[in-house]
Amino acid sequence: MVCALGIEGSANKIGVGIINNGKVLANVRRTYITPPGEGFLPKETAKHHREAILGLVQASLKEAQLKPADLDVICYTKGPGMAPPLLVGAIVARTLSLLWQKPLLGVNHCIGHIEMGRLITGAQNPIVLYVSGGNTQVIAYSNKRYRIFGETIDIAVGNCLDRFARIIKLSNDPSPGYNIEQLAKQGKQYIKLPYVVKGMDVSFSGILSHIEELADPSKRRNKRKKQQDEPEPEYSQADLCYSLQETIFAMLVEITERAMAHCESNEVLIVGGVGCNERLQQMMGIMCEERNGKVFAIDERYCIDNGLMIAHAGAEMFKAGAQMPLEDAFVTQRYRTDEVLVNWRKD
Amino acid sequence: MTLDILKQGAEGRLYLGEFKGESCLIKERFVKKYRHPDLDTQITRQRMKAEVKAAGRCLAAGILAPRIFHSDLNTHKLYMEYFGSAQTAKQFIQKTVNESGEEQAKPLLEKLCTQIGGIIGKMHANNIIHGDLTTSNILINPNATGYDIIFIDFGLSHYNQATEDKGVDLYVLERALLSTHSEQPYLFDYILAAYQKECGKDEEAVLAKFEEVRARGRKRTMIG
Repeated sequence: MVCALGIEGSANKIGVGIINNGKVLANVRRTYITPPGEGFLPKETAKHHREAILGLVQASLKEAQLKPADLDVICYTKGPGMAPPLLVGAIVARTLSLLWQKPLLGVNHCIGHIEMGRLITGAQNPIVLYVSGGNTQVIAYSNKRYRIFGETIDIAVGNCLDRFARIIKLSNDPSPGYNIEQLAKQGKQYIKLPYVVKGMDVSFSGILSHIEELADPSKRRNKRKKQQDEPEPEYSQADLCYSLQETIFAMLVEITERAMAHCESNEVLIVGGVGCNERLQQMMGIMCEERNGKVFAIDERYCIDNGLMIAHAGAEMFKAGAQMPLEDAFVTQRYRTDEVLVNWRKD
Repeated sequence: MTLDILKQGAEGRLYLGEFKGESCLIKERFVKKYRHPDLDTQITRQRMKAEVKAAGRCLAAGILAPRIFHSDLNTHKLYMEYFGSAQTAKQFIQKTVNESGEEQAKPLLEKLCTQIGGIIGKMHANNIIHGDLTTSNILINPNATGYDIIFIDFGLSHYNQATEDKGVDLYVLERALLSTHSEQPYLFDYILAAYQKECGKDEEAVLAKFEEVRARGRKRTMIG
């Protein structure tokens, strides 16, 4: 029996979760929401997290009906992420560990997502598509590591969506991606956009520049087409959102299918913030149907960054005997998924 | 005529069939219902054309690739040469390691990788970019004295002399090797060494570009 408390704060979400032997006891979260047209900056995000975190720790203990003494281990996100927000979680975790005299464990954020997805869906050994604001990876487990088969070679898919939402001044509440998804439902016209798949890798930066020019012709860098008679085609915001989603999700489904064929697997698990997009889940479902596979997806409680996933991954590590001396309890902005030795999986 | 499905790959379904009385492999890029019809048509056509073109270019450059007998853009079918006794390089590597053990396998794999590297070098010297270099896309076909190496799945290929494209091609292969054959980290070094000898006059520029592409991958910040 391991009872773990996890703190996550690698981006604009700060969350605390408590898990007891695979049973969810608490999962509370607050999101730093910026005005339309603006992204979140490290300093302001850290300030938001500092103000919220202690309340969240108390709320999680109350929800779980536990006392600090009932916990076995305190877990926090070690990376990857933005340093100032990460530090907030790390400092609180270190303090609690000393205060309550409990062991401390730093967890890789991506591993947290994967393990949470496996716990909630019961998927055994799926190909994992991890899509969020900072990451786009196709991952498969082999030989004690989560190996990256394909990834973005420039910006992450969520970053592409967030930045497009900023360009067309969509609200960031509850999240830019959610608002794009809703607006896309009204889109009718499919606009051709670049489609960039390189082997099992994808690239989104060219698509973003292209659609930026369509949304705002004054930003056009390529001024060659200056024929005055030619009227500028008008696209609605809904059409742009629809076409952007259709294009980039098709790319993601394609590289996932490639990884499935290469690894001879027929299960897919989608994790990360973009993973709660229902259109992406639907497209992945159709692809899996065509090859007699199965897709596992989770809802926003567990998909979007949360403390619970850190608690769960930390608990798995703790059971496998992981220890972390206080002087190693730092944070790191770069921490690749395949750096972690997955010694808690027996297969 | 119903055809026996051989395999469902990432790109489409493979059948055994006939073309003008000769047995052949039929690759059907069936309609992917998950994507928008316009996008699907565009991608399917583009990839089929790329595959046919690359096969011709490889033939002209003395590189082994399946010969294309016929293509039909309306039914999304390609009729091509079938190698019945071939296995993929992925299977070959795994089998060699399992049968001969890690130490004995090394020289055998070095021989294989040297040949693979040489062929990729030759492809790039002829400005053929494969676009999807993985060990699943390389066939080992036994012949009288040993084996031939045949590259397949040219759907993502294109013709370009830019060092960027060649660098990305190598990077895709390196990553595929690291994730698929993580126990044999030396494979890519053998390939690259042989590649350098064959890749033509742009050798230095391509390798510099490759390093740059690699660095881009590592430096990429990863924020949750």
